[in-house]
Amino acid sequence: MGSIYRTLSRGTLRDIALACLAVWFIGLSYGAIAVASGFPLWVPAAQSVLVLAGASEFLFIGIVAAGGNPLAAAAAGLLVNARHLPYGLALPDMTGPGRPWRRLLGSHVMNDESVVFALAQEDLPRKRAAYWACGLGVLLCWPAGAVLGALIGSVIGNTSAFGLDAMFPAVILALIVPALRDRVMVRAAVTGAVIALAATPFLPAGLPELLALLAVLTTIRHRPTP
Amino acid sequence: MKDPTLVVAGLLTLSAGTFAFRFCGPVLRQRIAFPPRAGKLLEAAAVVLLAALVATTGLTEGHGFAGFARPAGVLVGGILAWRKAPFLVVVLAAAATTAVLRLLGVP
Repeated sequence: MGSIYRTLSRGTLRDIALACLAVWFIGLSYGAIAVASGFPLWVPAAQSVLVLAGASEFLFIGIVAAGGNPLAAAAAGLLVNARHLPYGLALPDMTGPGRPWRRLLGSHVMNDESVVFALAQEDLPRKRAAYWACGLGVLLCWPAGAVLGALIGSVIGNTSAFGLDAMFPAVILALIVPALRDRVMVRAAVTGAVIALAATPFLPAGLPELLALLAVLTTIRHRPTP
Repeated sequence: MKDPTLVVAGLLTLSAGTFAFRFCGPVLRQRIAFPPRAGKLLEAAAVVLLAALVATTGLTEGHGFAGFARPAGVLVGGILAWRKAPFLVVVLAAAATTAVLRLLGVP
């Protein structure tokens, strides 16, 4: 991995480091919120390493803490994580030929940040270097933040005074803002948000987000006739 | 916490399924040609799910309204993200806005 530093520009490396720092910080809030919701430390710790996908982990914790079934929470988390499939379809081969462990680890470190940085690079060696640098950085920073956050959370208790609950929606919003520069996506996103909000008083946790998927239909209405 | 066995089962399901998604994309890419429209549709589905998640986690708590401080923080974060502020600034500004509003007594 030493070639990462020669391949990437200093600006890109700085941006990746900042993204990893942000992930570490969100990990802090995740660990703290998980413990504040009544989970023992091992739950955020194990999830942060094994799942390694923040949005679904927050969703899992949120649904189970609200009284939902953990398997239903896993299903909701999987739907959020289904986006990793098209990521893999959109990216050129990030692992290259090599040993199986490289392919397994290369798959595991696929996340929103590593994909975004890979797509932003011009050629394949740079794409690979950015993917691995960011992916491995997140693999270190997310669990480290989650464990430290859980330790802090078990000490301070009242995490809402620090506004930690606003961090997660802000993070997700920041992740989808680039996609929202497309008018069709804005319409679908707003429709989905309205459906989910309207359903929240009536449905168990996790289902409003799934119901919101109906909004995808708004994107296929205006296709050109062949 | 609920039944720990069930939580472990949920956790492992989520982990294994997420890994399968990550692993299958590159493998499928080599084997079959995916129509671009299907990719677009999956991308839209992800954006919609995440937008719904922003709405529910930003505005609601349980089955009711979460109060004004949290959505205000999220809104500040969203505006900063739209103006291409760095990620860390977005996240910290959201938390700081909410924390300050709560300090001032806003629910």
